[in-house]
Order: sequence, then structure tokens, then C-alpha cells
Amino acid sequence: MTSAGLPAVTDTAARPTWGGRRPPLTWLGVVPFFAYVGLFLLLPSAIIAAGSFVDKDGNVTFQNLTAIAQPYIIKSFVNSAVISVASALVGAIAGAILAYAVATGNPRGALRRVVTSASGVFAQFGGVTLVFAFIATLGTVGFVTVFLQDRGIDIFRNGVWLYELSGLTLIYTYFQIPLMVLVFMPALDGIRPQWREATESLGGSTWHYWRYVAGPLLAPAFLGCTLLLFANAFSAYATAAVLITQGGVIVPLQISNLFTSETGQAQPGLAKALALAMIVIVTIVMTLYTLLQRRTSRWLR
Amino acid sequence: MNRSRRLKLQIFRVIVLLVMGAFFLVPMGAMFEFSTRGNSATAPRTLEAWANIIKTPDLVDAIIASLELAAITSLAMLLLLLPTMVWVRLRLPRLNRIVEFLCLLPITIPAIALVVGLVEISRWIRINISDSILMLFLFYLVLVLPYSYRALDAGLAAIDIKTLSEAARSLGASWGIVILRVIVPNMSSAILNASVLAVAVVLGEYTFANLLAYVNLQVAIAYVGLTSATTSIAAALASLLFAFALLMILSFVGRPRRQRGVISAGKTLAPVQLVPAPPRTR
Repeated sequence: MTSAGLPAVTDTAARPTWGGRRPPLTWLGVVPFFAYVGLFLLLPSAIIAAGSFVDKDGNVTFQNLTAIAQPYIIKSFVNSAVISVASALVGAIAGAILAYAVATGNPRGALRRVVTSASGVFAQFGGVTLVFAFIATLGTVGFVTVFLQDRGIDIFRNGVWLYELSGLTLIYTYFQIPLMVLVFMPALDGIRPQWREATESLGGSTWHYWRYVAGPLLAPAFLGCTLLLFANAFSAYATAAVLITQGGVIVPLQISNLFTSETGQAQPGLAKALALAMIVIVTIVMTLYTLLQRRTSRWLR
Repeated sequence: MNRSRRLKLQIFRVIVLLVMGAFFLVPMGAMFEFSTRGNSATAPRTLEAWANIIKTPDLVDAIIASLELAAITSLAMLLLLLPTMVWVRLRLPRLNRIVEFLCLLPITIPAIALVVGLVEISRWIRINISDSILMLFLFYLVLVLPYSYRALDAGLAAIDIKTLSEAARSLGASWGIVILRVIVPNMSSAILNASVLAVAVVLGEYTFANLLAYVNLQVAIAYVGLTSATTSIAAALASLLFAFALLMILSFVGRPRRQRGVISAGKTLAPVQLVPAPPRTR
């Protein structure tokens, strides 16, 4: 947010002292911030990175990383990927549809304000609360379950699926959709009605408009937002921890098992290696998201 | 737009809004329904579960702890971030990008991964400084960093801090006065924004507290859920409504400023908390 003139002006002001004795007070002003970030953000990151290559006795090893190849860990990565992709896709599509329904309305209307405010609120929905909301709704004695049972529909005919991965995916969509509305709405706002009129005046149909005009313009934004939702689901821990009380079905649960383990089987090295793997994956996804966002912002506004 | 297409669009919009409305509101209603159930299927409605919230000492302690943590965290966030951001903009603009990068960095580190690196630091703090749950604020600060940074950044971008501070300085104000009496009053809505976001994040936090073995509100709710589903659902709904109220206040407090015509028509009216970052409470 530096305005173009700001650095230049301050630079010239600071130049006389630069190279000679710079007043130490100027630098003192940022010491608390850097000290804090160093201790509570960079140090833990370093602990994770270093700890991934060290065994219990402090020797350098690659064992922690090769241990990721064990079938049960690979399985949790696959599970994490599946529920993240599924909830990201469902969330992105449903969220985009909802955003479109809102964006086609009055831009200053009450509906829009309510939906965006509500999305901001729902996207902040804590994991624990969310689990209890769904237990109250779709648990074995949940409101909707009982309501449907009274009408002869048993949603758990093939077993109770709420406490499994499919239930987790459903719960994730509850926070994915609002997040999608928030991040995708600006792209929809960038679409000008004139483009549709132009398509029509050239003889194009609705299909042509979506296929050749709006679709290609929105595609990078949509893809980027889907990646964001993927990272969102992939990092989530609380929801799964409260819903699925045993076993390390997904990576975050695997990490917490490995490092708290009540049976004395804690493997801190492996936990750090998994944490490192998660950070790498999320960083890659978020970088792609940022690149796609940048592409979108070229024609937005 | 021709008439039949407009009609089709209207029908589409109504259906979408109804379906989504149901998907989002039914679980809330179900929580309320569930929390007022009696002991058996035929028992009359009761508010016993709600009364149980205050009768469960663990829960009360956790509520107090979480509220205190929320207040401490947002205050610490302002004390740490605001002077740094102002200072960097005015005196060390070359550090601006680094500060921004560091503040947004937590977005790419999942909480469950970060906590693995924090556990040793937490152990050290517990042994050498204090065993109190309130020390969690040191870790929560990392979680709120990206949100607060974006909110404060938006506030600072909207005012000309250079001119304001030069004017104040030339009139003899110290740097403390510049920040407290000149800059802060000019960006009060951004500060409110950043604080409310911090409060919302802290009240919903589970991962750090659980893995660092502290009992905050969310951990207590999950724990109570093992013995009494109705009580924990009542507590969950209560904490949720509290957070909702806070965020709703935020989205309406932020509004009058915009209505003064600073932002042109058609520009999004989204609440200012619009942060394209995965929330940290899951």
C-alpha cells in the first residue's frame, strides 16, 4: 500500500544519515514486531523444518520423511485429498451459483447486504460448533433425521455416515460455500452487462455468452477460489477432531495422534515431517491461488 | 434483457436462495430444537440444558478464560501491529513488504502444523513464565495476524498518515501522541474491525488450545459433549450467537462511512471483514 511518492520522499529525508550513523531509534521501533514474529512464527517453523530431519536422539536422518510412505499415512493423505477436493468442488459450484443469484440483484439492495454479511459470519463458523450443529440436525436423533424418520425415510439405512468421511465432507461444505461467496463475488461484479449486450448484438445466444465470454473470463477466478477452498479444507482440524474421535483418518488427525499419543507411541519426528508436508502443500496451493487472483485482477475493476 | 429471460432469472434466484437459506438455517434451528429437548421423547420442552451451561463449572471457567483471552489478544494485537505499521509506513518504507509478508505468512501454515512447532515453546513458557491459560494469547496473536493486518492496512490506506503525522509533529507532538491522538481516531472503524475479527478468531479457537493442553471455551464444549449432548449444543449455540452478534455489529458499524459516498455506486458493499484467507477456527 505504499503510495508511489512515499518511499522516495522518506528516502531522501533519511539519506544523509544512511551509511554513516543512522539514528538507532528509527530501527528500535520495529524491534518488538520482529522479535515477536521471530519467536512465535519463524522459530516454530524452523523447529518443524529442522525436526523433520532429526531422530529421537538428535541425529540427522531422512527416516521421518521416508516414514511418510507407510501405507497408513499415505491413506490419510489420500483421505485428506479426497474430502478436500470434494468439499472444495461442491462448495465452489454451490457458492458460485449463490454468488451469481445475489450478484444479479440490486448491488445496493438489502438481500446482497444480508447474504454477504451472513457469509462473513458463516465462514468464521468454528469447527466445534459446526459439529454440534450437524449432530443436532443429522445425528441419529437429530432434528432432520427424526423428521424424515416419522415420514418413513431412514437416511441412515446403510449405516450412520455422519461420523465418517462423507459426513465430514458435508460439514465442510457448510463453511466452504460462504467463503466461496465472499471470494468469488468480486469477480462476478467485474462482469459488465455491456458484454452480454455486445454478444447479443452480434447474434450470440445465452450459451455463446457463457461459453465464449463470461466463462473464459471467470474461469481463472473460479479455479483460484476452488484452490483456496481446497487449502481451507485441507488445513481444517477441529471439525474432524470433534466429529471423528478415533484413528488418524486424515492428515491433521494423524499429526495430533503422533504427537500427543496417549499410549506412549508419540513420534515427534514423524509429526513434524507431516506438518512440513502439509505446509508445503498449502503453500503451493496458496501460491497458485495468488497467481490466479492476480490474473483475475487484471480485468477486474 | 427480454421478459422471459428476466422471469427465468428471477425463478432461478428464488430457488437458489430458498435452497441455500434452508441449508444454512436448518442446522441453526435444529440446534435450538435439540437444546430444548426434555429427557425423553414425550417430555415437555425445557430450558434445562441452557441452565446447565452456568451450572457446569468447567464450562464457566472456560467461558471466562476465552473472553479474557479474546480481550488480551486483541489489545496485544493492536499494541504490536499498529505502531509497527505506522512506523514502517512513515520511517522505514523499505520494510513495508517484509512486514506484510510476515503478517500474511500464517495463511500458508495450517494451525495444526504450526502447533507442532509451538509445543516446545509452550512447554518452555509453562515452566519458566506462567502456567496460566492466558499465556495462549502469545500464540493466538499469530493466528489473528493476517486478518488484523489486512483490516488495519485498509484503514491506513484510507487516510494520509504522512501529512497527518507531519502536521502533528510540526506542532510539537511526540510519536506516541501522533499515533494515539491523531492516527487512531482517524481509523477507528478499521481498528474496531481488526479487534472484532481477533475476538471472533479467539472465541472459536480449538486447535492450539487442545493440542497445547489448555481448556478454552471450544475445548470445554467438546468435552461436555461427551457426557451431555444437549448442554454442549446449547453452549455451542450460545457462543455462536455471541460471535454472530459481534460480527453483525461490525458489518453494520462499518457502513455509515461508506454511505458518505467515498466509494462509488456499484462497488461491493461486502462487510470489511472480507478476508480471502481460510479462517483459523477449524
